[in-house]
Amino acid sequence: MSKQTPLFEKHKDLNAKIVDFSGFEMPIQYKGIREEHMAVRERAGLFDVSHMGEFFISGPEALDLIQHVTINDASRLRPGKAQYSAMCYENGGIVDDLLVYCFDENSYMLVVNAANIDKDREWIHSHNNFDAKLDDRSETTALLAIQGPSSIDILSKIVDEDPSGIGFYNFEQGKVAGQKEVIISATGYTGEKGFELYIDTRLSDPVQIWDALMDAGKGAGLEPAGLGARDTLRLEMGLALYGNDITEKTTPLEGRLGWLTKLDKGPFIGSEALKKQKEKGVERRLTGFIVQESRLIPRKDYPICDSGGDRIGIVTSGTQSIVLGKGIGMGYVPAETAAEGEQIQISIRKKMVSAITKKPPFIDK
Amino acid sequence: MKHPEELKYTREHEWVRDNGDGTVTVGITDFAQSELGDIVFVELEEVGSGFDQDDVFGTVEAVKTVSELYAPVAGEIVEINESLEDDPELVNNDPYGEGWLIKLKMSDASQLENLLSSDEYLQIID
Repeated sequence: MSKQTPLFEKHKDLNAKIVDFSGFEMPIQYKGIREEHMAVRERAGLFDVSHMGEFFISGPEALDLIQHVTINDASRLRPGKAQYSAMCYENGGIVDDLLVYCFDENSYMLVVNAANIDKDREWIHSHNNFDAKLDDRSETTALLAIQGPSSIDILSKIVDEDPSGIGFYNFEQGKVAGQKEVIISATGYTGEKGFELYIDTRLSDPVQIWDALMDAGKGAGLEPAGLGARDTLRLEMGLALYGNDITEKTTPLEGRLGWLTKLDKGPFIGSEALKKQKEKGVERRLTGFIVQESRLIPRKDYPICDSGGDRIGIVTSGTQSIVLGKGIGMGYVPAETAAEGEQIQISIRKKMVSAITKKPPFIDK
Repeated sequence: MKHPEELKYTREHEWVRDNGDGTVTVGITDFAQSELGDIVFVELEEVGSGFDQDDVFGTVEAVKTVSELYAPVAGEIVEINESLEDDPELVNNDPYGEGWLIKLKMSDASQLENLLSSDEYLQIID
């Protein structure tokens, strides 16, 4: 039985196409991916991403637990700041990527992928030898994302404090549309300016916030946007998707997440394996690429070949870039091929199609 | 969603119009275009290519997914919809009209009888 978010009836009223996504009945599109994608790039889009998981970690050793299970340095966080991070297995493979929010030195929130909620909770729980409490509030936390250049203006109409003062990867807690204790976070997964609103459904009604945002965004061209546009938007920015581009079989160093792997912060789960891999040098690396021939779209699992036609890797995500009108994708290739501007080929059904490696983002932002 | 009664349908979500001159026009159904979402490219085999029933005669690329096209009856392509080259979204906007895909000259017209009526097709997608 699939779960529904508190916004489910809204999506049905809006005639969304609903699909099962990680055990949730989620809107994949309303009017169409292309229109929703451009609304976010040019104006604003409103996403229901309540399927994401939220773990609250508290206690005198909350930070020690987080430092032990995550690869980024959470000790650098200050109250009101968030950080992109990941959890690894002992062998360096990725458990999940996540956001870490700091409320105060004894209180944090981890935001994890919907498909991994149970796995992540068990993983953290099994490594919790600390004086810290893990509270999985995924079921009572709704998450709305308003993304796009107009999102600040729209949000400012329904909050007391001016949200333009919230810096990227910072957050505040306050009232939104009269609803209490909403976490207003300047984060997102689209490459645009925007906010993610975490709503405690025991205290506040996410439907009221959705309606207030849609109402406030009427004159600004705000459109509801589904998971289809969320995927094309994140891929244009080259943002990794767990399960596709990063998995338990890939490490952060291979998956373009070296910048958040803080090997000098002290030992953490996976740090030994990652140190060794760093010393040896990675053999393969996630690269972005743009297909040179128009109208051929790379998809997950299509083979990547060198210019001679020998198979060297595999596509992990691919789509038509709505902005470029070209096929774009990411995939793992030998490290020496992952540099910018290398000629590769993608095997798209029966055809070999030339592509050029590109360090994402694929569009200028 | 529209599924005109005068057309025949396949389980692969194609429609077939009997032109009465030994040819049929083939397209994808309103249901199919809606499931695929925004179509960005339609790739079709060339005029003159021959197919058995259920052979692949092309692919439809949508933003999210790609889907193969299967010949509803055996025959030879006598015409392809050239407008789709520049305007693949015609398949979304007018699947039974300007968004048609190919015309096939049938090699065995009796195969038309195996196809589904609109009522039978509606039961499949229900």
